Amino acid sequence: MTMAEAGGNGADVLLDVANISLSFGGVKAIRGVSFDVQKGEIRAIIGPNGAGKTSMLNCINGFYHPQEGTITYKGRTRKQMRPHEAAAQGIARTFQNVALFKGMSTLDNLMTGRLLKMKGNFFLEALHLGPAKKQELAHREFVEGVIDFLEIQTIRKTPVGRLPYGLQKRVELGRALAAEPELLLLDEPMAGMNVEEKEDMSRFIIDVNEEFGTTIALIEHDMGVVMDISDRVVVLDHGEKIADGTPDEVGKNQDVIDAYLGVSHD
Amino acid sequence: MTEATSAVGGATSIADLVANPDTFPKLLLKNVKERGDQPAMREKDFGIWQTWTWQQQLDEIHALACGLADLGAKRGDRIAIVGDNRPQLYWAIVAAQALGAIPVPVYQDSGAAEMQYVLDHAEIRFAVVEDQEQVDKLIEIKDQCPLLERIVFKDERGMRNYRQPFLTHLIELQEHGRAFDKANPDFFLSEIAKGAGSDTAIILYTSGTTGKPKGVLLSSDNLIITARNSAEIEGLNDREEMLSYLPMAWVGDNIFSVGQSYVCGFCASCPESGATVMHDLREIGPTYFFAPPRIFENILTTVMIRMEDAGWLKRKMFQYFMDLARRVGTRIIDKEPVSAWDRFLYSVGSLLVYGPLKNTLGFSRVRLAYTAGEAIGPDIFDFFRALGMNLKQLYGMTEASVFVTIQPDGEIKPDTVGVAVPDVEIKIAENSEVLFRSPGVFMEYYKNPEATRETKTADGWVHTGDAGFIGDDNHLRIIDRAKDVGKLNNGAMFAPKYIENKLKFFPFIKEAVAFGDQRDTVTAMISIDLEAVGNWAERRGLAYASYQDLASKTEVYDLIRDNVAQVNRDLATDSHLAGSQIHRFVLLHKELDADDGELTRTRKVRRNFIREKYDQIITALYSGADQVNVEAQVTFEDGRTGMIKADLEISDAEISERPAIPQAAE
Repeated sequence: MTMAEAGGNGADVLLDVANISLSFGGVKAIRGVSFDVQKGEIRAIIGPNGAGKTSMLNCINGFYHPQEGTITYKGRTRKQMRPHEAAAQGIARTFQNVALFKGMSTLDNLMTGRLLKMKGNFFLEALHLGPAKKQELAHREFVEGVIDFLEIQTIRKTPVGRLPYGLQKRVELGRALAAEPELLLLDEPMAGMNVEEKEDMSRFIIDVNEEFGTTIALIEHDMGVVMDISDRVVVLDHGEKIADGTPDEVGKNQDVIDAYLGVSHD
Repeated sequence: MTEATSAVGGATSIADLVANPDTFPKLLLKNVKERGDQPAMREKDFGIWQTWTWQQQLDEIHALACGLADLGAKRGDRIAIVGDNRPQLYWAIVAAQALGAIPVPVYQDSGAAEMQYVLDHAEIRFAVVEDQEQVDKLIEIKDQCPLLERIVFKDERGMRNYRQPFLTHLIELQEHGRAFDKANPDFFLSEIAKGAGSDTAIILYTSGTTGKPKGVLLSSDNLIITARNSAEIEGLNDREEMLSYLPMAWVGDNIFSVGQSYVCGFCASCPESGATVMHDLREIGPTYFFAPPRIFENILTTVMIRMEDAGWLKRKMFQYFMDLARRVGTRIIDKEPVSAWDRFLYSVGSLLVYGPLKNTLGFSRVRLAYTAGEAIGPDIFDFFRALGMNLKQLYGMTEASVFVTIQPDGEIKPDTVGVAVPDVEIKIAENSEVLFRSPGVFMEYYKNPEATRETKTADGWVHTGDAGFIGDDNHLRIIDRAKDVGKLNNGAMFAPKYIENKLKFFPFIKEAVAFGDQRDTVTAMISIDLEAVGNWAERRGLAYASYQDLASKTEVYDLIRDNVAQVNRDLATDSHLAGSQIHRFVLLHKELDADDGELTRTRKVRRNFIREKYDQIITALYSGADQVNVEAQVTFEDGRTGMIKADLEISDAEISERPAIPQAAE
C-alpha cells in the first residue's frame, strides 16, 4: 500500500534533521533548521535563491558536514557521513546541474547506478566468467525495468551528451532509481523544462513514489508543481526555516508569501 | 455441449477443424500442427526480443478466450481492442473470434469523444486495452457507454491505485480462463468449431472524409481469401519477417500482421514503442515491409541530411553511386538490358554504398515492400528502387480487405497502382469513378444500411469514390477523388489533384491549385517552397527580403516555368490527359495555410474556399492580363490578422504539342 494519501501523519520517520547549522567561513548557509521526512511521502524543500536548499540536501547525503545539529536516518543518528556511506544506506540523489557521464550511453549511465549493488571480484569480472556474467545479467534486467518505467527505450544506446536537457534529467533520475534507493533526493528535477516536460517529470516522480514506495525529498522552484505533487512542504529563507506543513497551509502562510513576493519597506 | 457436438458431427477433433481452416482460430490450430515450434510473434520488451511460438501463441489465446468466456462474453458480442501493436492485443482479436465474438480495434490515439462514438455505436461490452492511458480514456466515457461492462488492461504500470471493480488485469483474466478451461475442457475447441468463414471476423471503423466514422464489417472469408490471394502472387512463405508497427485499427495491419501471418505462418514482430520503430526495424531485418509514402519520404530526408554531414570522400562516393543507381538500378531490378560495365559498377556500388546504406536502414533483407495511401514522389520511389529494394505500389481500401491492385514484379511505374489481383474485377464508370468487385468486398457498414446501399451495389460492385482510368498497359491509375474531377469545355477530363501532385513532386513547389473545370484551358496557382527555393537562391547569390519578394523574382519564375513545362511534357504523353496541360500560372505571394482556411489540417487543398478568396487571380489567369493586384487577409502565428497587398505576375507556360519521349525527371 502506498502512503501517498496518508500525508505522512503518524507514519514512521525515515529521516530526522535536528537543529542543523552550516556555515562557510563567515557565511551562515543554514541556521538551526529542523524537519523530518516520513516514510513514503513526497517532501518538498522550497525557498528563494540562496535560501540554503541545496546545502540542506548536501548535508543529508553527507557531502557537507554541518557544524551543529544531528541527522537521524532510519533511527541511527550520525554526525559525519561520507556520500558513499549515504549511498550504501539507500540515499540516492540527482543534481541541479545534470551530472551524468556525457560520453557514455544511457544504459551505461544507469548501470553505474547499480555499482553499489555489485559484488566485485576482479578476476571474474575481467574474464566475464560464471558468477560475474550472471550478476551482470541480473543488474541489466533491473536497469531495463527502470528504462521501461521511465520510457527511455529510444535512447538506450545514445550517448547522453547528445540528448536534450529534459531527457538528461530523466536519465539522471533513472540512474538514481537504479540504486534502488529508500530515500531519493531530487535537486530541482524540473529546472529548465517546458510545461510538457514538467508534466512528464511530475508523473514520473509520483509513479516512483507510488509504485516503488520510495520516499522522496525534492527541491523545486515551480510552485505549481510543488503544491501539486508533494505531501508536505518545508520553506527555507536565508538559511532559516520559516514554514512547514501541507501545501495548503504553506501557501497561506504570510511569511512564505513575503519571502517570495518581498515586503515593502515603509 | 450437445450443440457443439452436433455442429461438427461427433467429438470436436483438431483434425476436422484444420481440414478446412476458414477462420483465424482454425488457421491458428493448423499453424500449431504444421509449425508448432516456429516463432509466431515477437515483441521487444525490456530491451530483448521476446518470442512466442505458434504453440505458445495458441496457449495464450486459449487462456484469453476462456477468460473472456468466464466474464460472460458470448457469440456475437463486440469486444473493443485499443492500444499500440502488442502481441496480447493481437491474441485478443483471435481469442474473440474463437468465441464467435467480434473484435473491434479502435485507433489508439483517438480522443475520448471519438472513442465514445465507436464504443457506443458498436455496442461494446468488453474492452481489452494496452495501458493506463487507454484505461483513463475509457473510464472518462464509461458513463456514456452503459453497455461497457469490463475493461481488461495489459500493462499494470500506474494502475496500482485504480480500485474500480470493472477493471481486470490481463494476466488475471488468463488465470481465470485456465480455471474455466479446466472446468469446461471441450469448450474452446467446440466454440471454434461453431465458427464459419461467412461469420463477421472484425469491425473496422474508417474515419472517412466527412461525417461520422463508419464500421466496416469484414468476414473471415473476406480477410482469409484476400490474404491468401495476395500472398500467393507475391510468393510469401512462413520464413518471412515483418514488423507490425502500423495502427491495429487499420485494415492493412490486420491483413499483414494477422491475415497473411496466419495464412502463411510467418512471424510478426511488435516494436518496443512507436518511437523505436526505425531501430527495431534494423534489428528484425524484415523481408516484407509496408509503409505509407510519408515514411519513405522521412527516411530519404534523414539519409540526405546525414550525407551532408559526412566526410567528403563518403559524400562523393554516395553521389557517384546514387547517380549510377538512378540510371541503371531500377532497370536491373526490372530485368531490362544493362551494359556489362554498368552492371559491374552497380555491383561495386552495392558493396560500397547500397549494401551498407540498406543495412543501416534495416532494409538489407527486404524482398517485397509496398507503399500506398497517397501518391509517392517519383524521386523517393526511384531512390529506394535504385538501391535494389523491390518497392511497389498498391491500391486498396478497408472495404476491399486492402488489395484491389498491385504492381506486378517488373512492371513498376511511379504513376500507376498496378493491375487487379486475382479474383478482383475492376470497371470504370461514366464519371471516371473506379468500381471493383472481389472476394474481399465488405459485408456491410455496421448499422448503416443507407451508406451500404450508396457504396455497394446489389451485385457486389463497390464505388470507391476515386476517379481513375486503366491505361494502355492495363495498369490502373488513380487520379483524384471522383467528386473533384471535372471536364474542360472541349469535353476532356480534368483531374486537378493529379496535376497538382505532379507539380508538388518538384521540391521547389510546396502547394499548387489547378483550375480548369468548365474552362477552355488549365491554369494553376503555385506557392513556392520557401526553404528549397531560398536555398537555391542563396547558392546563386540571389538576395531576397521575404517570401513575397522571393516569389516575385524573375529567376524564380523561370525556375518554376521549367517545372511546369516538365509537367506538361509528362501530361502530353498520356492521351487521357494531354488536354490538361497548364497554359498559364501565377506564383502566390504567400504560402497556402491552414490558419487562413486555405488548407485542411491534414494539408488538403480546400478548393471552393480558394476559388472564392482568390477570385481576382483566377479571373486574371483567364483574362490574358499579365499582372494582377491582390489583397489577401493573412492570419499570423499569434492569431492576429492582417492584409497583404501584392502585384503578381502571370506567366505563360510552354505547352508540349506532341508526345515527348517518356523520360523520368532526372
